[in-house]
Amino acid sequence: MKVILNGKEEQVEAGTTVAGLVKLKGFNPDTVIVEFNNELVNQENWDVTVLKSGDRMEVLRFVGGG
Amino acid sequence: MVSDVLKIGEKELNNRLFLGTGKFSANKYIPEVVRASGVQVVTVALRRVDPEYEEENIAAFVPRDCILMPNTSGARNAQEAVRIARLARAAGCGNWIKIEVIADNRYLLPDNEETVKATEILAGEDFVVLPYMSPDLAAAKKLVAAGAAAVMPLGAPIGSNRGLKTKELVRILINEISLPVIVDAGIGRPSEAAEAMEMGAAAVLVNTAIATAGEPVAMARAFSLAVEAGRLAYLAEPGEAVEYARASSPLTGFLRD
Amino acid sequence: MSFYEVYEQFRGFDMESFFKRVTGAQVKKIITKNRLTEFDYLALLSPAAEKHLEEMAQRARRLTVQHFGRVMMLFTPLYLSNYCVNQCVYCGFQAKNRLERKKLTPDEVEKEARMIAATGLKHLLILTGESRRESSVAYIRACVEILKKYFTSINIEIYPLEEEEYAELIAAGVDGLTIYQEAYDEEIYDQLHPAGPKRNYRFRLETPERACRAGMRAVNVGALLGLHDWRSEAFFTGLHANYLQDTFPEVEVSISPPRIRPHLGGFQPKVKVSDKNLVQYMLAFRLYMPRGGITVSTREPVWLRDRLVKLGATRMSAGSCTAVGGRSVNEHDDGQFEISDERSVAEMARMLYRQGCQPVYKDWQMI
Repeated sequence: MKVILNGKEEQVEAGTTVAGLVKLKGFNPDTVIVEFNNELVNQENWDVTVLKSGDRMEVLRFVGGG
Repeated sequence: MVSDVLKIGEKELNNRLFLGTGKFSANKYIPEVVRASGVQVVTVALRRVDPEYEEENIAAFVPRDCILMPNTSGARNAQEAVRIARLARAAGCGNWIKIEVIADNRYLLPDNEETVKATEILAGEDFVVLPYMSPDLAAAKKLVAAGAAAVMPLGAPIGSNRGLKTKELVRILINEISLPVIVDAGIGRPSEAAEAMEMGAAAVLVNTAIATAGEPVAMARAFSLAVEAGRLAYLAEPGEAVEYARASSPLTGFLRD
Repeated sequence: MSFYEVYEQFRGFDMESFFKRVTGAQVKKIITKNRLTEFDYLALLSPAAEKHLEEMAQRARRLTVQHFGRVMMLFTPLYLSNYCVNQCVYCGFQAKNRLERKKLTPDEVEKEARMIAATGLKHLLILTGESRRESSVAYIRACVEILKKYFTSINIEIYPLEEEEYAELIAAGVDGLTIYQEAYDEEIYDQLHPAGPKRNYRFRLETPERACRAGMRAVNVGALLGLHDWRSEAFFTGLHANYLQDTFPEVEVSISPPRIRPHLGGFQPKVKVSDKNLVQYMLAFRLYMPRGGITVSTREPVWLRDRLVKLGATRMSAGSCTAVGGRSVNEHDDGQFEISDERSVAEMARMLYRQGCQPVYKDWQMI
């Protein structure tokens, strides 16, 4: 099924969780922030948040800025 | 010695130099820069992760006792700024937020109107809001009314290192706005930071001039000293340049006791 | 927060002690500053500053020319009605004085208007005593409807109104308000106003704020000099003007420094206010509020008014008459006070030109 990750379409298997996608993409779980359908998901809930078709995920982190 | 702390939100600051963390050649300089300058407020930004690149978490490089101030860079309007602010806070960043709403990629000038809107929403959600703005008195007054904790007018466009090009407008803000006025953007040299402080600015935020200097650590220390010098000079009340009256006929000679 | 709260902060301030501490060196420094605090202003009003009037005058002159130009705005007063229910001890129109009470009919208003308009003036100040029965808001409004055919700017000097009433008059064409607190000292004010609605100090004090909220474009405030210590009254006037400018940045703020003149009733001023005092007040105010207007009326004599042109005045009345309909109908009636400078508009214009100053008849028009 299709979900949108950081603005781009991604094909994922049904039943994939947020935690699963983070691992799949190789993000460092300790440094990223995940926004799921416009809401922040804390790391402890990644395992239990299951993706559905059309869901939008933003994976963000803090970077240098002025 | 009379205390000269800068009070913003609930925090009391002893150092009036704020540091931006963008453009450094390596994040490892940041803790050294913080140590050398004594800054207490450090800005960061929020960005999408690119899985191709292994990236460090900038927050790990900022000493624990600093106040982390995320900015809303990337936001082109108030709604986007609000979203970034809420995310940053939810991510454990504290409640300070620098609002930066820029829809101009040529000069990176801020949109004052959207900034006011974002300020109002976020101040209502208990953020300590420090809006980055173009120095305009009417906009500044609206920011005060909207609940900002300070106003941050630009000295010159971001990254331009051109100094206090907006000096007269900033001076007006310092005269008329009761909140701390923090000059942010465009300061290229320690002497320019001193200039802003001598005028009565509450603090200055410097990023490019430190991050891109040949020796960022030394430059940070120079800026810190300059900010302190400028502040001390301001408090010591320098005498105004005296206007010498041109020779002209007396206007009050006719008055008798 | 209204201005009353500002007044309360300074009410008990020991000006005497403050004045004793002001030095000549401080005064000289203040004269060069770009932005004065209220205490700088007070220092310029102190006895110590009297020795520095010439320096103050030179700086004030430069500021006036910079911010206003080499011009003088001219206007004239038109008294519509002298019915009054107040008993202000210092005023010729007060209720206890015996004089013929009159108010202009629409025809008489029109006649006065034509005579005044013929002199070239476009800015008019209309006055009434306080009587909601005789000079009601409806009456004043009806007069404004007539007068706006002849004048592009109408300023009202009437009794304090509610915000909605100001809004009504503004909609009818009024763009300026003049209201004098007479005495900012609350105790003195109480003694001077034994009876009538004017006894309400705070309501009067907050009048400019109500008018500004209703959309008034210009306000003119002041104290009647002679009623109480002039330095204190000048200080509070300055504070009031500054407060209004801060609170309503879009409003044009000005002050008047009227000195008590001989009038019906024989009240003698408690305090002497010399020409030097008057000049010091004007100069100090100019340095404190470089963009604040200063209006000088015909209470002051010819020779002094001529010199005040270069000492910070920005508006002057001409061809004045303080009797109701005194130009056309009641030429021998008692006016509110005796006029000192009886020059016509044309004579004033000539005097101004001689001093290198352009008379301005029309500064503004609402379209």
